[in-house]
Amino acid sequence: MDALTLHRLHFAFTITFHYLFPQLTMGLALLILVLKTMALRTGNEHYHRAARFWAKIFAVNFVMGVVTGIPMEFQFGTNWSRFSKAAGGVIGQTLAMEGVFSFFLESSFLGVFLFGEKRLSPKAHWFAAFLVFFGSWLSGFFIIATDAWMQHPTGYRMGPDGQISLTSFAALFTNPWLFWQYLHNMIGAVVTGSFVMASVGAFYLLSRTHELYGRTFVRVGVVAGTISAFLMAFPTGDGQGKNVAFHQPVTLAAMEGLFQTEDGAPLALLGQPDLEKHRLDNPLIVPNALSFLTYQRWKAEVRGLDSFPKDIWPDNIPLLYYSYHIMVGLGTIFTGVMALAAFALWRGALYQSRGLLWLLMLMLPFPYIATTAGWITAEAGRQPWLIYGIMRTPAGFSPHVSPGNVLFTLIGFMGIYTVLAILFLFLIRREIEEGPEHAGA
Amino acid sequence: METTWFCLVALMLATYVVLDGFDLGAGVAHLLVARTDEERRAVLRSIGPVWDGNEVWLLAAGGTLFFAFPTLYASSFSGFYLPLMIVLWLLILRGISIEFRNHIESPVWQPLWDAVFAGSSALLAIFFGAALGNVVRGVPLDRAGDFFLPLWTDFAAGPESGILDWYTVLVAIAALLTLTVHGALWLALKNEGALEARARTLAGRAWWGVLAAVIAITLVSFRVQPHLRESFAARPWAYAFPLLALAGLAGMKIMNAAGRAMDAFLCSCAFILGMLTSVAAGLYPYVLPSSTDPALALTIYNTAAARYGLEAGLIWFIPGMLLTTAYFIYTYRSFAGKV
Repeated sequence: MDALTLHRLHFAFTITFHYLFPQLTMGLALLILVLKTMALRTGNEHYHRAARFWAKIFAVNFVMGVVTGIPMEFQFGTNWSRFSKAAGGVIGQTLAMEGVFSFFLESSFLGVFLFGEKRLSPKAHWFAAFLVFFGSWLSGFFIIATDAWMQHPTGYRMGPDGQISLTSFAALFTNPWLFWQYLHNMIGAVVTGSFVMASVGAFYLLSRTHELYGRTFVRVGVVAGTISAFLMAFPTGDGQGKNVAFHQPVTLAAMEGLFQTEDGAPLALLGQPDLEKHRLDNPLIVPNALSFLTYQRWKAEVRGLDSFPKDIWPDNIPLLYYSYHIMVGLGTIFTGVMALAAFALWRGALYQSRGLLWLLMLMLPFPYIATTAGWITAEAGRQPWLIYGIMRTPAGFSPHVSPGNVLFTLIGFMGIYTVLAILFLFLIRREIEEGPEHAGA
Repeated sequence: METTWFCLVALMLATYVVLDGFDLGAGVAHLLVARTDEERRAVLRSIGPVWDGNEVWLLAAGGTLFFAFPTLYASSFSGFYLPLMIVLWLLILRGISIEFRNHIESPVWQPLWDAVFAGSSALLAIFFGAALGNVVRGVPLDRAGDFFLPLWTDFAAGPESGILDWYTVLVAIAALLTLTVHGALWLALKNEGALEARARTLAGRAWWGVLAAVIAITLVSFRVQPHLRESFAARPWAYAFPLLALAGLAGMKIMNAAGRAMDAFLCSCAFILGMLTSVAAGLYPYVLPSSTDPALALTIYNTAAARYGLEAGLIWFIPGMLLTTAYFIYTYRSFAGKV
């Protein structure tokens, strides 16, 4: 394999594994805050215990997020040195701010939150939970600001030597790409957190252990999951889709598998992009729907891949197309499952409905798959650019690091992450088995 | 502006070494001073609520280096590719060894993670020391400001040497000993009884090693990197830094012998701070010297980001650091006293 492919796989693998953990901790941080608020308002020890149980799950995930997160910052320098050299003055700002404003806050108050409940008043402990939530969501903000700049660069100037320098600090944070991408991503974290909570609750109810807690988890998970699953589609998914349509129209065409420019472009529900014949094989389409979703007019023109030069087409169209369709498909299923569960909850039938509980429990892996597919859509969709429109991906990797070295460290990461994954599942299984009853202060 | 950021990044890195240094050192001392399971739990409790926050200084300093001196970040991180990847793997193993050790009660599980914790801490101290040695000695930079170093070649501390040569190994040993003493002094401060006594003894003995290493390094560094002499000759006030280190070095021995644990630990902090600021003052304005042609060296001027970004950075950096200081004072206050 050539150096470029290996460097890309190296980053793709480490970031994909890393983001399995922050998506849960950012979502859970909000749900733990909800449980803490219920505890504070009712004074009921039940909710305190429920919050403590999830804090333990949070802590294990947080450690995994920290240890797999450090390699991400390092890799900008180790594997992408030409990119870092050119753009470090811009993206270094947001990455450094993440360290200074969020990591210090999170790491300081996570300890207070996890170990300080006895020392602090209930209100002060609630506030520590709030700061952990705030720190983790702020961290997400700086990372999305970094990615948003790579997707849609703003506030920069390109020097004659290819050096990119910042000209407007404010532009980094008023980037139109940032707003929807941030909300879409954070609500996605809430979807993951909600499904995990509901899934563990359903598991308790189905196996007839810790049933009181099982009910609480299912209830909180389903309510939060219903709200967040719908917000995922509208307005955040819609807003993010329009970002792509306006700023990366060729990416939109590739995501949708639209090879020809059309008035009244159809929305493909299924189908396989055929790069030889420039069409979708076996398509299942909704006529005119893509035009409507993009421009709110059924007959609006949507530009297909044919209206763009081939050298700016995303370099892996099937991957992009499938990831996007998996994300959207799963997102649609999530709204359906959650709406069904919410209806049963409202009718007071959910806790007895074994079918629905089974469904909720088995949904556990799917939000992770949807989130991963969503990020592949965003990053494979950015190709062939490293910084959209100004720096191509092959121009960014470290020229002095040979492919063999990259393959070696990639395999090293795969090995060490396999060990981490086994340890993680082992410890989480123990926590779930032990249950919330023993979660004393 | 470049000089301001040079000082700020140097200070952040020094803070990282002082803070994470004591929990790394506690890891090195772990198997040497803590015999029973109860004592080993006490060692982990001594760093439990703070180690992660301390490690964040590495990330924050790295991020700050990235945006203030992007060319340096890119060149050095890609040039030290393999050792940095090993450092990452060690950081991963160390993090989980601290957090996962007490999840399961088993005669196999805990000793396993104790060994991982001690081993990874010691290796990290050695790697960080070797990294410092490389930055002082310089690397074979090419015209584009890039290089790629093997782990070791001929140990001659010349242009053909790898990351490890006799000089960088010497600095690595000094770092290991310094952090061992630093960590042992912290453990003595946070613990009581047999553990405290053993930590004090270890600090007292390893101190002689630190003394020997410091004398050796001071003598040879001026030969390995002649620029150091020019720097101190041009700015005699910079002698304050080595003096601070010297005072700290003497103070930690005296205070430790007198049983004043807090003062001994603070002296150790002063020693580390003095040593690292001496290096920074000696290298300035270089940030990565060349081991071949001095004209190819990376300096603060040819690696810094554009002026506007550096100025904008100051606006958020100062309040950010004030907030951080407040968090740390709060955390360390609520964690004061013996564990």
